[in-house]
Formats: sequence, C-alpha cells, structure tokens
Amino acid sequence: MADTKVLHEFVEKLKEEKSEWVTEVIDALGEVTIIVPREAIVDVCWVLKKKHDFDMLADLCGGDRGPEEDPRFEVNYHLFSTTHYNRLRLKVLLTEDEPNVKTVTTVWKTANWHERETYDLLGIIFDNHPDLRRILLPSDFDGHALRKDYPLRGYEPYSLN
Amino acid sequence: MSVAIENLPEQAELLEDSLESQMTISMGPQHPSTHGVLRLELVLDGEVVVRTIPDIGYLHTGMEKLFEYKKYQQGIVITDRMDYLNPLGNNLAYVMAAEKLLQIEIPERGQVIRVLMCELQRIASHMVWLGTHALDIGAMSVFFFCFRQREKILNLIEAASGGRMTPSYFRIGGLMMDLPAGFERRCKQFLEDFPAAMETFETLVTGNTIFQSRTKEVGYISKEDAISWGLTGPCLRGSGVELDLRIHNPYTGYENYDFDIPVETGCDVWARFKVRMRELYESEKIVKQALGRLKPGPTKADAPKVVLPDRDDMRKHMDSLIHHFLIVAEGFNVPEGEVYHAIEASKGELGVYMKSNGGPKPERVHFRGPSFVNLSALPDMVEGELIADVVAVIGSLDIVLGEIDR
Amino acid sequence: MGLENQIFESLPDVITVKLDAVVNWARKSSLWPATFGLACCAIEMMNSVSARNDLSRFGAETFRASPRQADVMIVSGRVSRKMAPVLRRIYDQMPEPKWVISMGACATSGGVFDNYAIVQGVDKVVPVDIYIPGCPPRPEMLVHAIIMLQEKIMKESVKDRRDTFEEESRKSIVPGTLPVTEGTTLEDSARNNPTKPYTVPSKHEKRRSS
Repeated sequence: MADTKVLHEFVEKLKEEKSEWVTEVIDALGEVTIIVPREAIVDVCWVLKKKHDFDMLADLCGGDRGPEEDPRFEVNYHLFSTTHYNRLRLKVLLTEDEPNVKTVTTVWKTANWHERETYDLLGIIFDNHPDLRRILLPSDFDGHALRKDYPLRGYEPYSLN
Repeated sequence: MSVAIENLPEQAELLEDSLESQMTISMGPQHPSTHGVLRLELVLDGEVVVRTIPDIGYLHTGMEKLFEYKKYQQGIVITDRMDYLNPLGNNLAYVMAAEKLLQIEIPERGQVIRVLMCELQRIASHMVWLGTHALDIGAMSVFFFCFRQREKILNLIEAASGGRMTPSYFRIGGLMMDLPAGFERRCKQFLEDFPAAMETFETLVTGNTIFQSRTKEVGYISKEDAISWGLTGPCLRGSGVELDLRIHNPYTGYENYDFDIPVETGCDVWARFKVRMRELYESEKIVKQALGRLKPGPTKADAPKVVLPDRDDMRKHMDSLIHHFLIVAEGFNVPEGEVYHAIEASKGELGVYMKSNGGPKPERVHFRGPSFVNLSALPDMVEGELIADVVAVIGSLDIVLGEIDR
Repeated sequence: MGLENQIFESLPDVITVKLDAVVNWARKSSLWPATFGLACCAIEMMNSVSARNDLSRFGAETFRASPRQADVMIVSGRVSRKMAPVLRRIYDQMPEPKWVISMGACATSGGVFDNYAIVQGVDKVVPVDIYIPGCPPRPEMLVHAIIMLQEKIMKESVKDRRDTFEEESRKSIVPGTLPVTEGTTLEDSARNNPTKPYTVPSKHEKRRSS
C-alpha cells in the first residue's frame, strides 16, 4: 500500500493556513481524503494549486448517498500534480435542500464540463458557473438520472411522440 | 465602385449585411469526421471559426447508473463498451480499482500478461486513430493499411479471450484464463511484421508534405492551458509536459519495463501526431519485454471468495464448487471504502472512482474518460482557425464518443 | 472483347423481362449505405469495408456521408433517446427505395443496456429489414446481412416503394436537438458582442507576430 506520509504534510500545511478548512481527514487504501466545508472549497483549491503545485484537476464527480441520508450529496475533487505526481481528494458534503457549491472553473478550466455533467446527472448546482446546463441528456429530460430515487429504466418507455 | 454602390443602395446594404453577419452551422451528429455522434455548433465568420460549442450526449448510455445495479464482476462487461477502441484498458482500470478495494494482489504472470495485452491494445487503438486521422485529412489508403495491422492484433486478442472487440479478459483477481498455446509464437510473428508496417506509415503519412502543412501550427494549445484544461496522454505530451502514469504513478509492474516517454513541444496537431507515432514504437518495445518475462505460473490471485476457481478444481473439491456457486449467484462483498485509480489508457488518464458500501454491488462508479476531458478543450484549440482545420484538430484529440457520453 | 461484346453477340437486340426483375437487380447490385456510425459496431462496420472483408465484392462499399445519396442505413450501435429523433430525421431524408439494417444487440433490442438512456430497439423509431445479432457482430455477419438484404430486394415489387414527403418528416418534433445556444448565456453574449468580419486572427498568426 502506498505511503501517505507526503499527503499528510499537505494536510498539515493546509491546516496551518486556516484550521477550519479541514473538517475531517480520512486516510484509507493509500489515499487521503479531506472533507472541506462547502464555503471554503474555492479558497482551498486556489491554495493547493498556487502553493502546493496541484495544478491539475484530474476528476470531479458527484455522488448520491441515498435519499434517507443527511447530508445526501457529495462532490469529490481529485487533484493531481504534474510536478510531484501526488493525488489528493477533496470532498464537499451537501444537503438535499441546498445542493449548491461554488464553481471551481475559475481555478481549473477543465472543471467546466465535469460540473455540467454532475449538474446534469445529480442535480448539484454550481454557483457562478459560466454555462450551467445539461450536457449528456436532452434539454427536455425530466429529473436527474444518477439520483438513487430515479428508476433505472426511467419513468416511461421511449416513443417518438 | 463607390458610385455603383451609391446607385444601388439596397444591394449595398445587402452586401454589408452578408459580411457583417455570422453564420452558425451545425456539424454532426451524423458527420463522417466527428468520430461518432459528436455535434459541433460552429459560429463562423467566413471560413474562420469564431466560436465552437460542442454538443455531446448523443450516445449517452447510462452506464454509471447501470454499474450500481450490477455486481462487481458483471460491471466488467459494461466497461468494454465504453472506450471500444481500448476495451482492455477499461477492463484494467475497473478491475484494478476493485482490487484496490479488496486489497488483493495478482501474481507475476498475471501482471505480465496484463501489460502485454494492454500494450497490444494500445497499438490497435492507435492504428484506428492513425487510419481515421489520415482519412479526415484526405489520405484514404492509410486507413486500409492500418486496419490490416489492427486485424492481426484483434486476432491475438480473440485467441486469448474469445472476443474481438469486447474481450472482458481481465477479471477481478486475475484473468479470465491463461494465454492459449501458440500465443507467444503468433505474437512474435506480429512483432516481426510490425516494423515494416510502421515504415509504410512513416512514408505514407509522416513524410507527406500535404499532411504536414495541414497539421503544423494548427490547433495550438499552450503548456499552461493544456494542464488547466486537464489534458492527458498524447495531447498533453504534445504540449511539452512529460507525464506518463505508467512511469509516474506505476501500476501492474510498469516500473520494471524500460521505455521512454515521447514528448514534443510543438503544441499543435503535428506534435500530437508525432507523439502517438513514437508511442507505437515504445509499445512495441514493451510488448517485446513482456514476452521475454512470461514465465509459467499462476495467473489468478489466491482469493477463493473472489476469484472463480478452475474447472478442474471444481470437479475435485467441494469447497471450490461452493465458492463458484456463491460468486456467480450472490457475488462477493467488497469492504466499505472509496478509491480513485488511474491508468494511462491509449488516449490519456483513465480514472475510475469506485465507492463501495460493503455489499456485492458498488454504490457509485464514475469514469473519468480521457476523451471527455480532451474534447472539452476543443473550443479553445479551434478558435480562430479555419473550418477545415476543425476536422484535423478533432482527429488529433483521438476521441471516442462511447467514452465521452458513457 | 469485353463482357458487353459477348452479351451483344449472344443475345438478340431486344429482350423481354419483368420490370421488377431488372429494377431489383440494378438496385441490389449497388447498395449505397449511409455512414451512420454510432458505437462499437461502427468500428466493425468500418472493418467490413477494409482489406480483409472487402464489402465492395457485393457492391455495397460506397459509404455516403449524405443520407440523400444512400439506399441503406446501417444502424450500428446503441441508439440513445437523444439520438433517436436525429436517426428518424436521417431516415426521412433518405430517398426511396430505402432499407434499414439493425446491426448488433443494442440496436436490435437495447442489448445489455436496459436503462433510461437507451431506446430498446431501433425498430421503435424506424422500420427494420434485417437484424444482426452479436455484440458486436463480426464483419462477416454484416457481409452476410448485406447478402440477405439483396435476396430480400429481389423479392420486392417496384410498385410498393413510394416517396414520403419531406414536409411530413419536418413536422415531427425533434426534442433535444434544439440549437445549443438557445436559452443560454452564450446566446446573449453572441447577440451583444458581434465581431467584425474577418478580424479573428488565427492563434498561430498571433504567435508569429508576437
């Protein structure tokens, strides 16, 4: 299993910067996850990009824990560095009533489509996103397909009319 | 001239209008050079592209939803159909993410075969790219030569797995089965023929001045932009960033192989083309090394609750039969947790985010398709280029819509 | 010398045949498929025209990018709900006579993808003549399907094929295929900032001048 000592150093540095940015740190299976409060995500990303060389957003994906869970939604940011080749996962937890989080398109351009996809499939709203609309499903699609309470086969069988 | 226009005010207005107005045209979703069902909304000013808005989703298959309803081993079948030019790479990413959750290691021979097959698949994938890229730009014959080479690799994959394009060869904890008898001989035969084929491609395409002038200084993306857009694979290496996950985040024993990372600094279509051409030679090198490392041994991990037992074992041992029944009927429970595993697929970083809730079915599987991210940078690349160059740029990104739309 | 000369010598100047026979013979001998690649099967479709399988032996290798020049539509791959209206429109644009081959399990029945996104069988959208099983079918199977289609064409009558009018197809609602700029911030920005003609310099030109 990979050594996570280097990753913990980044967490410590982040805590030094502002202690409330790190709600919780999970170290499992050779990966480190930092749970970040919703309001701070853009600042954390900026700091990690500018000061600690996490210059690439490898992936951004949402997840639905199920309608009975609270907080229901989560957004995962997988950060990667093209200089020291480490990976770090940031996680933001969102409630069903207010699935809003600030966009990180200002930090990485690649977040644009990732956030649109997350909005399309899960209904998570990224505030200040330049162009937040459906990307994979047709614009008249009803509901958000990846939510746990959306049926696998949709609501009605396909017909041309 | 001016007098003439004064005399005909209405027509002059018309002329001015037609010059002022921009034209919006829709390219695709059924278009021969969009590599599938991509639709681009191009805002044109004459022949110059002012704005490009890609419209994807015409092949949205709902795979990520489907994964949640399938057992872990059933999910492998779905991954085949995602990036259908590089199915073994998809298998590998998915399978390795599950193995990471289960914390099982597969034996040496299994790893060598995985490397061997993946590199063969990478050559096959690049063959399709080269054929279609050249076809888009106007060189028709390359396509036929490329598919001839690809056919040979597909035969090898078929011999090993039984499927040409949808092999599902890698399984959680090992392989479907060991390589068949005579595979090494056939693989060596392919490697013997391959350099001659490469020479053909070099003369047909690389040395072609028309091809060069169509690709040089087209589709420019700087190093900083490339990183910010999250480009990976040959597209990133074409912009001068030395990053190859096979070396920098090694998996399946890639750290033991000796190969170079091709990097070009041109940042244009031509640079990306050259990176991929050089990668073909590197893959060939890895295949040769992997063939030399093939030693007899087990291919499956020693995890009876996860890996299907051999047929022979099942006939002799009662517990093997029970394990087989349980795995097939109920699946196996995967410990709770979440992983992100990334591999270097033929198009770039293929990442799998897998979250388990302790049951036999994953709670969430997300694929970070390299084509998806690479395509998102297209508007930036083609802005201000001619409309004919859009096709060249799309070809240089090597996109597969199955992976973009999932 | 050539084949024509031999026919000329061996046959009389005037021959009588059934109209159907000669028209169908002409139609089946040069089927022009529309390039309609969707998913994995499209790669096998490309394979069937390449060196090893060479579909041109059966007169069906001329893939046309425009549906208006095509006779047969090979639906190669899964059809999503977003794609289905487009597929129907392309089918409507093809002139009569036209045929449809549903290639692969996904096009035929949805295949392994029984979910919200995929149309469970392309026959819900267009009438299908030949179904090919397999996921994906081998190129040989596509060649076989073309031969089967040729046999089917020989049994048809010229009277049965009538043109449908384009007006009709234009009326069909096409959800999800609206212009992507519509109703978005991009539309506004496009309206507010019209660029002058021919003033957008190419990026590499910018680099050259700097």
